[in-house]
Amino acid sequence: MIEKTLKGKPAYWIWLAFLGMFMAVGVACYARQYLFGLGMTGMSRDVSWGLYISQFTFLVGVAAGGVMLVLPYYVHNYKVFGKITILGEFLAIGAITMCLLFIMADLGQPTRALNVVFHPTPHSMLFYDMIVLNGYLFLNILCGWVILTAERKQVHPPKWIYFFVYLSIPFAVSIHTVTAMLYCGLPGRHFWLSAIIAPRFLASAFAAGPALIIIACLILKRVANFDAGKEAMNKLVTIIMYAALLNTFFVFLEVFVGYYSNIPGHKHSIEYLFFGLEHHGHVYNNLVPFMWTSVVLNFGALGLFAWPYARKKNEFLLGLSCVMIFIALWIDKGLGFVFAGFVPNPLDEITEYIPTANELGITLGIWATGLFVVTLLYKIAVGVEHEIEE
Amino acid sequence: MDKQRRKFLKIAGVTALAGIGAPALVRLSSSNALASEHGAAEEHAAEAVHGAPVEAAPQGVRLGMVIDMRKITAQPELLDKAIAACVDVHNIPQFDNKKSEIKWLWKAPFENVFPGESSYHLAKNVEETDFAVLCNHCDDPPCVRACPTQATFKVKANGIVAMDFHRCIGCRFCMAACPYGARSFNWQDPRPYIKKYNKDFPSRMRGVVEKCNFCGERLALGQEPACVEACKGTGAIVFGDLNDAQSEIRQLLDKEFTIQRNPSLGTKPSVFYIV
Repeated sequence: MIEKTLKGKPAYWIWLAFLGMFMAVGVACYARQYLFGLGMTGMSRDVSWGLYISQFTFLVGVAAGGVMLVLPYYVHNYKVFGKITILGEFLAIGAITMCLLFIMADLGQPTRALNVVFHPTPHSMLFYDMIVLNGYLFLNILCGWVILTAERKQVHPPKWIYFFVYLSIPFAVSIHTVTAMLYCGLPGRHFWLSAIIAPRFLASAFAAGPALIIIACLILKRVANFDAGKEAMNKLVTIIMYAALLNTFFVFLEVFVGYYSNIPGHKHSIEYLFFGLEHHGHVYNNLVPFMWTSVVLNFGALGLFAWPYARKKNEFLLGLSCVMIFIALWIDKGLGFVFAGFVPNPLDEITEYIPTANELGITLGIWATGLFVVTLLYKIAVGVEHEIEE
Repeated sequence: MDKQRRKFLKIAGVTALAGIGAPALVRLSSSNALASEHGAAEEHAAEAVHGAPVEAAPQGVRLGMVIDMRKITAQPELLDKAIAACVDVHNIPQFDNKKSEIKWLWKAPFENVFPGESSYHLAKNVEETDFAVLCNHCDDPPCVRACPTQATFKVKANGIVAMDFHRCIGCRFCMAACPYGARSFNWQDPRPYIKKYNKDFPSRMRGVVEKCNFCGERLALGQEPACVEACKGTGAIVFGDLNDAQSEIRQLLDKEFTIQRNPSLGTKPSVFYIV
C-alpha cells in the first residue's frame, strides 16, 4: 500500500515540499542545539521544561483522542464511523511520532535515551510513559495496517486483530493518564498537584483529537474527494462538545479551589496565567493574552457548535469552530499548563519563560514531521478507499 | 560462527543500537570520586563521620546538617567562605546570567527559603540575613522517585542523595520533582566557566543535572564537607549522623529548636536550621 504515497496531484507534492522545508529548518536548528546544548532554548534553572515538553503533553492528548472513533466503532458497532476510524488510528501514529521526537529534542543527553530501558525504574512515571507510548504507537500501526489491508482485499480482518484493537482502547486512556501522572505526583508543584489533572487531560484530549479529525475530513473532502459522511461528522461534533464542556468545567473547578481556599500555592499559578502575578513591584504576565485568547476561542467554539446551522449546514463554520477549539485547547494544555507549573519556583521567585527562535524552529520542524507522517498515512487510507469504490 | 565472534557481534549490536558507544566510555576525569559514592567507600564514609563501624546505629547512618543562622548572622562572611569552598571543590561553573546558573550551596532571604512560613513582621536580624540553601538530602526524596534511570539515588549506607553524571539522560524530571529547587542543569558546556579546576573531582558535561552531594567524595577520604570545613571552629554548620544519639549533631538537635524546609511534604529533609 505504501506505493500510494508515491502518486499524487501537484498540490500533494507542494504540500509535502512545504512541510519538508520546515522539517529541514528543524533539523538545522536541532543540529545547533545538539552541538551547543539546551542553553539554545529559553529554558532555565527555574523553568526547566518548555515548549518541547508542553507540546509533548498536548500531542499525547491528540493521539489519545483517536480512541473516540475506535471505541464507538469497535465496541458499540457504530457503523457510521467505519470510514473514518482509520483516520483516528493514523492520526494517533503521527501524534505519537511527534511526542517521541519532542522527548528526544528535550533530552540533555539524547544519546543516553536508552538508559531508560537499560536501567528500568518502576518507581518513575517516565518508565511507564515510555511503555504505554511505544505500546500505543505499535498497536495503532498494527491495527491500522492489518485492517486497512483486509479492507483493500475486501475481506474481513483476521479475528486475532480484534484483541489488539480492544487492547488499544485502555492504552489510549493510559497514555494520557500516565502523562498526567508525570505532573500530578510531584510534591511542591501546587498547580500540578491535583487529582483532576488526568480527567482534565482526557477531556481536552477527547475534544482536541476529534476536532483535528473533522478538520482533516473537511480538507480531504475538498482535495481528495473523500466524504466522511454527514452523520459521522455530526456525531464527532457531539463528542467534541461534551468533552470540551467537561474540560471547561474541570478548569473552572481548579479556579474555584484556588480562589475560594485562598491558599497562595493553589492560587498563584492560576493568577499568573489569567491576571499576571505581582512580585516585588513587577507584574509577570506574559501568558495572560494567550490564556484569554484560549477562553474566548473555547466559548466561541462551544457557541458555534451549539448552533445547528453552523454545525450541520455550513462547513466553513464547522471547520472554523473546530480550529477554534483546537487552538483553545492547545493554548490551555500546550502552553499554559506546563509553563505555569514552574511559577513561582520552590523558592517563591518568578522566572518567565520565552522560547528562542532556535527552539521554535525545532518545534515547528517536529510539527511538520508529524503532519508529514499523517499526510502520507491519510494518502494511503484515502487511496485504498477509492480503490474499493472503483 | 564461533563463540567469541558471536559474543562480539552481540555487544557491537547492542552498542550500536544504543548509539552510546563512545561518549559513555569516556571518563571525564582520572578521579574515582564519584564511583566511590556507590561502592566500597561507603563504609569509610560512614566511619569518617561516625568514628566507628556502621553497625552501631539501629536505623543505619543518616547524614544530616544543622545550620546555625545565629552564628551566620553574627559573621555573614562565613557563608561566603562556605560557598567559595564548595565552588572550588566541586568545579562549579560561574555564569554571569541567571538562566545558566549552577548552584549547589547558595544564599537566599528567609522568605524565599521558607515560603510557607509567615514572613509578616519578621524579626529584623532574620529579615536581613541571607540563609544557606542546599539539597536537603531527604530521607524520602521525590527526585529519586522521579528519575527514570536511577541516575540520582539514595546511598544506602549514609542517606546521601547522590548523582551518577554518566547515567543522567538530562530529562530534568528530578528538577520538576524537587520541592526545594536544589537541582541545576548544565544548559551548556560548563568547563570554560570553571574558575579554578580541581582535578580530584570530575567536571560535568553539558546536558546533565547536578546538585550538592554532601561531599560524599571527601567523606570517603575521611574529610569533612567543604562548607563545614570552611566554617570550622565556629559551629555555624554542624554535620553528622542524625541516627546516632551520641553525635554532635544529635546533641545540638536535642538542645536547640530547629526548623526544616517544608516538612509538610513528607520528604523528611536532613538539613535543619536554627533561626
